[in-house]
Amino acid sequence: MNALQRHILSIGFMLAAFAIAASSVVVVTEQATRQKIIDNERQALLSALNILIPTQQYNNDILADTIEIAGKQQLATTKSTKVYRARLDGQAIAAVFTSIAPDGYSGKIKLLVGVYKNGDLSGVRVISHKETPGLGDKIDDRKSDWIKAFTGLSLNKPAIEQWRVKKDGGQFDQFTGATVTPRAVIKAVKNALLYFKTHQNELFAPHNEQTP
Amino acid sequence: MTDTYKPIIRNGLWKNNPALVQLLGLCPLLAVSNTVINGLGLGVATILTLVASNGIISLCRHHIPDEARLPVFVLIIASIVTVIELSMSAWFHELYLILGIFIPLIVTNCAITGRAEAFAARNPVGPAIVDGLMMGIGFTAVLVLLGALREVIGQGTLFSEAHLMFGEMARHFTIIVIDDYRGFLMALLPPGAFIGLGLIVALKNVIDARQAKKVARNNATLTTTLAENQSI
Repeated sequence: MNALQRHILSIGFMLAAFAIAASSVVVVTEQATRQKIIDNERQALLSALNILIPTQQYNNDILADTIEIAGKQQLATTKSTKVYRARLDGQAIAAVFTSIAPDGYSGKIKLLVGVYKNGDLSGVRVISHKETPGLGDKIDDRKSDWIKAFTGLSLNKPAIEQWRVKKDGGQFDQFTGATVTPRAVIKAVKNALLYFKTHQNELFAPHNEQTP
Repeated sequence: MTDTYKPIIRNGLWKNNPALVQLLGLCPLLAVSNTVINGLGLGVATILTLVASNGIISLCRHHIPDEARLPVFVLIIASIVTVIELSMSAWFHELYLILGIFIPLIVTNCAITGRAEAFAARNPVGPAIVDGLMMGIGFTAVLVLLGALREVIGQGTLFSEAHLMFGEMARHFTIIVIDDYRGFLMALLPPGAFIGLGLIVALKNVIDARQAKKVARNNATLTTTLAENQSI
């Protein structure tokens, strides 16, 4: 082996050593933080759910009492979606859908839609979106109160043909310069309500009887 | 303050500002400077990474083979960013929810590799850390300024959503600069970022040119006075 080959080899070894050291640091950090991150995410999800269904209204473990519903056009997703069920002493109280509005102005809008057993909306919140800042992002409850107007509504209030933005002859406000976004959200919420209406019994089936 | 640090500070903040002079890290800079708070968020995350990466690279500088230094820099920077992201998510989850989206953007920020190559790999740890801090602050200042410019023109406010970063008590930090403003979308979209940054770079050049002229004039008067003195 000549000097050049030895030199190249030593560079390779140093590079490998740095790669091993760097990945070890990442592995150790990942191990150390994994459980804490899972707990944090659980906590964040729980507080999001508690905004829709106040804690005093249920006493089951809402994060564990879930049902997967297969991908349906109605909920605008091909993947299965999760529904969290709230119960008080075993009595069904409300269901929270993780719903997707596929037709936002720039991509999917992920929503949490809470529905009480009588079909009234307990509330709607946007979990993630990529709408235009300053226009479409007013669906985010941190930017405007628009999304809070859904609380208490149902398929009868307003009548189903009124579930549109004002521009389309419905009763919901659109935003100046952004109609596509609220239109997409309203449609997704309406579809979740329609799904709830037709599948209520399956939705509240006890956890252990859920079909895969 | 010794003479080693003065030029480092001057370079980072003004003379060789990463965003205005080196024009590094434009991808994250242009993407998230639509409000003051977003700019500040990315800025803080960048400062953290820059200080850590400069420090570590300077510490290892005698062991990094010259021919393979760039892959080593990338390895070190990527690990630091990952470690910061994971630790933040574990111990500062609230902050992570706000800054979290900015952290992956930092990996694409060539200002960090640039500082590793140009400074940290050739200098002792102390100056390298100061360089990282000052370059980071310089970058953050431009981000915040550009954010303010775009926010005022785009939506007529300043410090909107400050509570996302400073907690509930910061909700009233928001300043409505222009009442009943209808908004100017272009300032919020990427073209607004390019135009805004262009204006800031131009402003810096004007200031520098003025200063250069002043210095030149002072020198000229000085020489004439000297010459006059000598002739007397």
